[in-house]
Amino acid sequence: MKVALDNLTKKWGTVVGADSITLNINDGEFIAFLGPSGCGKTTTLLMVAGIYKPTAGYIRFDDYMVNHMAPKDRNIGMVFQSYALYPHMDVFKNISYPLKLKKIPAKELKERTRKIADMMGIGHLLDRKPAQLSGGQQQRVALGRALVKEPGLLLFDEPLSNLDARLRLSMRSEIKRLQLELGITSIYVTHDQVEAMTMADRVAVIQSGRLQAFAPPDELYDRPQTLFIAGFVGNPPMNFITVDILHENGLFSARAPGLTMPLSAGHTDKVAEKGRVIMGIRPEDITIANEGAAGEVYIVEPLGRDDLIDVKIGDLHVHVLADPEMSLKMGDTVNLQFNANKVQFFDPETERSLLW
Amino acid sequence: MTPTTFETEQTYGLRKSLSRAIPYILLTISILPIIIGYAWIFIATFSVRTEGLIPKDAHGNIGGLTLQNWSFLHNPEVWNATLNSFGIAVGMVVGVGFLSSLTGYALARMNFAGRKGFLGTTLLLHAFRPEMLLIAIFQVLLFIGGIPLIGDWVGFNTVGGVALVMITLDLPLGVWLMKGFFDNLSWDMERAALIDGASRFRVWWEIILPQIKPGLAALSIFTFITGWNAYLIPFTFTIGSKVANLPVLLNRFSGDTSLGSWNEVAALGLFQLVPILVFFIFTQEALLNIYGGGSKGGA
Repeated sequence: MKVALDNLTKKWGTVVGADSITLNINDGEFIAFLGPSGCGKTTTLLMVAGIYKPTAGYIRFDDYMVNHMAPKDRNIGMVFQSYALYPHMDVFKNISYPLKLKKIPAKELKERTRKIADMMGIGHLLDRKPAQLSGGQQQRVALGRALVKEPGLLLFDEPLSNLDARLRLSMRSEIKRLQLELGITSIYVTHDQVEAMTMADRVAVIQSGRLQAFAPPDELYDRPQTLFIAGFVGNPPMNFITVDILHENGLFSARAPGLTMPLSAGHTDKVAEKGRVIMGIRPEDITIANEGAAGEVYIVEPLGRDDLIDVKIGDLHVHVLADPEMSLKMGDTVNLQFNANKVQFFDPETERSLLW
Repeated sequence: MTPTTFETEQTYGLRKSLSRAIPYILLTISILPIIIGYAWIFIATFSVRTEGLIPKDAHGNIGGLTLQNWSFLHNPEVWNATLNSFGIAVGMVVGVGFLSSLTGYALARMNFAGRKGFLGTTLLLHAFRPEMLLIAIFQVLLFIGGIPLIGDWVGFNTVGGVALVMITLDLPLGVWLMKGFFDNLSWDMERAALIDGASRFRVWWEIILPQIKPGLAALSIFTFITGWNAYLIPFTFTIGSKVANLPVLLNRFSGDTSLGSWNEVAALGLFQLVPILVFFIFTQEALLNIYGGGSKGGA
């Protein structure tokens, strides 16, 4: 099922939940709504589900406008963060409830419920009540209930947030695999950028009710369109340094107190005239070398595979990923080399990327 | 170990068990008058007369146990009153339960014009004592009694009429209580059911109501007891023994008879108490059994 949101807006009085969100989702695509808590991603999802009525704008399923269609007629399945299982029904009744409402004959209902339960690996738990299941098992029941009616669209509202870290990883890949196998168009709401990046074909970044970008994960990571996206996507987060663009002897460079970096040819004409801009660079794009901006190791955070080093250059703190074998210690003096091809530049006023 | 430390430990243990016992002692002392009262009623119903808690016969000797006080069980008037009491109580349980769970749901979950005003007014109305409304209600019941067909069931001087008035007076409390229970339920479960394909009414009936069974049970017990013990409304809006309920009959017993048959009045009082006890025994499990799990987080 194709889904199109057209200037979708939700307001409660003066409070804006979602502000003219426009995006198109292709059939079978897995997309994520990514943003901090309260940014409007769940509001948007609930409008797609038909729980909230949009204040303005349109929702189209396969070019058919569904604004006024009741949730039950939209042929969607939804998985909630709280699982939202029916505590008074056993697992079998929970999963088969959508089929019962569709008045599917008893025999077919049994078969389809068993099939889904087996697929989710909970076939042996059918006569348990939700309270007797672990969190992971409850989430599987919720997933089974969403899938059993073979919906055209699957909605996920932070489904993994209540699981422990290990289970979250395995459920993540499981949901991804299921989605690929079944080919059901899916919208996945999360505030966890790792979840969004690893699972989704395209990620819609939402901030304060507005759609910031709708792009594949790689593009969000490599060419963020706004300062917000650059800061939100990626862990450890990007460094932001206010720099002045200088022109000396026909060479352009970005300069902040204590560091100077020559601009790469591709960036020169885009930022040359700007004067003062915000430069963004990811910790992995800075290397510790024999020459370059000199700084002092302020703190070392071992991450296992890498060490995250906070280097102090004057008043400036720059985070750098370094090889643990360098065994840097607090107070060491290091020189930093910036990869000029990987830096981002943002307009300090509009916070939009200057490279787009 | 020296004897001194041994002694200290012993006194410490004593003090500890004493401090543990104190709440029980206090509770027992404070509940004693009530227990003695009930014990007296119980003993009195099987005695000719009593002196304190000691049953005595007509000559003042200890003994004099008798079943004479329970002879009212042969009186068809009593059974008719029991039936009427039961009718009022059950009518209230069904009426208040059904209406409050629907109204409470609407008030908790739906947004409509006048919702806040309705809630406020309901609470305000509950603050009025029913005594203030007796004359107005009397007029209303007379009017209803004049309507053909309906009037014979819920008009003046009918059990239905009494139940109707009692339901009305108890609804504000029921609605607020039910609204409270609905407010505590997570929205997610309801949304899940809507998306699964249920209609709003079906969600209420199949998904939401089972969650508030303990609340419904509590409300049922409250309204049953209110209806069973109702005195003022039945006394005011019924004439004669045909539609009298047990409390009204009890009043007539104690009013009509001389002091000598107080024991008979006590027996009738105990008789009135029995269904409440039975009802409580059957519903207390529902009261305590609160569903858990299946929903994490959410409000």
